[in-house]
Amino acid sequence: MTLDATDLSLTVDGVDHLKDVTASFQPGRLHTVIGRTLAGKSTLLRVLAGLQRVDSGSLTRHGADFLTTPVWRRDTAMVYQQFINYPHLTVFDNVAFPLKRAGVARDEIRRRVQESLARVGLTEFRRRRPSQLSGGQQQRVALARALVRGAGILLLDEPFANLDYKLREQLREEFKTLFSDQGDAVVIYTTTEPAEAMMLGDVVLVMHEGRIIQTGPPGEVYDRPATTTVARIINDPPMNIFTGRIAGGRIAVDDLQVTRVPAHLADLPDGTYQFGLRAPDIALASAGLQAEVTFVEISGSETFVHLALSGTGFVVQIDGVHDIALGDRVSMRLRPERLFAFDHSGALVRSPSSGPGSPEGR
Amino acid sequence: MAQIDIVDVGHTYTAGAEQERWALKPMRLTLEAARTYALVGPSGCGKTTLLNILSGLVKPAQGRLLFDGSDVTALPTKARNIAQVFQFPVIYHSMTVYENLAFPLRCRRWDKARIEARVHQVAEALGLDHRLRQPARRLTADDKQLISLGRGLVRDDVAAVLMDEPLTVIDPQLKLSLRRRIREITEQFRPTVVYVTHDQYEAMSFAQEVLVMKDGRVIQQGTPEQLFEAPASTYVGYFIGSPAMNFLTVERVGGQVTLAGRPLAMAWDVPDAPQIQVGVRPEYVKIVGEPAANVFPTRVRGVRDHGPQRVLEVELAGQLIKVKTPREDGVPATGQILVELPRAKVLPYVDGHLATTPRAADPE
Repeated sequence: MTLDATDLSLTVDGVDHLKDVTASFQPGRLHTVIGRTLAGKSTLLRVLAGLQRVDSGSLTRHGADFLTTPVWRRDTAMVYQQFINYPHLTVFDNVAFPLKRAGVARDEIRRRVQESLARVGLTEFRRRRPSQLSGGQQQRVALARALVRGAGILLLDEPFANLDYKLREQLREEFKTLFSDQGDAVVIYTTTEPAEAMMLGDVVLVMHEGRIIQTGPPGEVYDRPATTTVARIINDPPMNIFTGRIAGGRIAVDDLQVTRVPAHLADLPDGTYQFGLRAPDIALASAGLQAEVTFVEISGSETFVHLALSGTGFVVQIDGVHDIALGDRVSMRLRPERLFAFDHSGALVRSPSSGPGSPEGR
Repeated sequence: MAQIDIVDVGHTYTAGAEQERWALKPMRLTLEAARTYALVGPSGCGKTTLLNILSGLVKPAQGRLLFDGSDVTALPTKARNIAQVFQFPVIYHSMTVYENLAFPLRCRRWDKARIEARVHQVAEALGLDHRLRQPARRLTADDKQLISLGRGLVRDDVAAVLMDEPLTVIDPQLKLSLRRRIREITEQFRPTVVYVTHDQYEAMSFAQEVLVMKDGRVIQQGTPEQLFEAPASTYVGYFIGSPAMNFLTVERVGGQVTLAGRPLAMAWDVPDAPQIQVGVRPEYVKIVGEPAANVFPTRVRGVRDHGPQRVLEVELAGQLIKVKTPREDGVPATGQILVELPRAKVLPYVDGHLATTPRAADPE
């Protein structure tokens, strides 16, 4: 039972919320929609759930029109960013609620709720009320309620965005257990975080300004981002993108020679390109390009050092936690073998995973 | 800006009750002037109680609080000359941005020219200098928080800035830019800052020194690097860093620590105790090709792609640990890998606490 969207468009006050969205969502697969805030991810889910109309386009389920199917007949379960539970019901009754409403037999309800609570690790909390639970536990209740129905379409709208990072880390570890075994359900998960898309998705759909700008398996999107925009969205911190010139076997930014031309870019004609380099592919070195530290962040076990190199900003990711003061002068070195090259329009010309003479197929 | 001395301060909300429980166990602590501190810990750890004692909202059951040597324990909040930023922006909605920033100075009867110069200086640092005439109610939540902070900073004699989860109501996407601006501004004006948060990420990114709290006490104080490199307890090893620090139970045979029957060398003295654990960060476990000292055979149990890194879960001597490895290195097809636990990066823990200090004479 595939769910097919074709050219879905929605404009509100002159702004494209959805623009020609075409995608085929497959049963039994996990689809991750990644994009920044306001990219159109939530709007897309709302359209699929029947909570939002569109201006044009079509939506079919197993070949039959789905846009005119009323919400209550769409067989859809949804989990939101905010933890939404019934505050007056126990955890057990919160999860049992959709089954009771559907008139499922009592023994069957008990069996399925227990199974669902076990899956999200809340068995021992079944008699509590949501207010007696932590944020992470409350979101597990909402997840269990969505899972228990065995709905044909499961929509998860940034379910972990409001949790702090230790809880997010823990829930991500359980992703496989949480969402595997959904049978033939179409599962669609939205996120702003590349790590989640990489870990979760069978298929990643990259959204930007209402459009789907690339679709593919996570590894492929990661290794060959079609444009600089995808390259920024699919990396955290966003991929460093800078304009430079290839001339005489060297790459220069303004008048500063930053590195040699690596083998995989050796056959590119001299000229101006946009280059991409991930934050972990720049090293702080004892000798190299002189840059100034403008900001430092620590994310989990990594230090993100923001540098200014004669007017161009770079973010460097180093393993471990390091005390680095703002304003410090440091030396940085680019790893040329990890460079991406894009043309002036931002389209990928060459990635590190492709050899010379093998232009990127699009 | 002031140095803050917390001298034997302790607090209980259940004084006289049969089971008197310390919300804050008596502690001694010095917060240096012009430094930024983060208090971080799970809810109920005592961080908010400590902040409320600094602000004067809570009078401690015992102990003394000194600002630059003078005792402020009995002083009410308004006599302490502190600035506060709360979870929700507290600004005057009926006033413009300018009037909001000028208000504390007008209360102090500064002359008009001096107020104007100072407000412009602070507004420029906040990035709000072009919006001074706008009504404050029109601002977004993150700009309102900046004004809350700015109102504290305009007073150039402020003893300390206290911030209580200031990013709570900020949209996740704006948190980074607001945190960045708060940090830049505090670097420029250099007040003494105490920043309370439950979020490790915020604490580590913001503060020069982090105080990890749990069960009413400070369990470790240090720079972010110190907390990461040498967690004082297994809890800090778990709480700081992602993935958490690995802990392995080891044997002690004679004077030698062993793991899976092989010797494990450490740069630390290991005390004699019935049960010893060692901690090693997933970042420091190295995948190697050849057997050598501190190299152990493992079996891969799980692989998780995080983007540029992969996290492998491997089984070593019947125990699971995580190993971080660059994505480009690939995963060995055999499922069996050798890992090195680098001598300098393996720390001993007894009863959940870091058991010793580094050997002074150690060449490393």
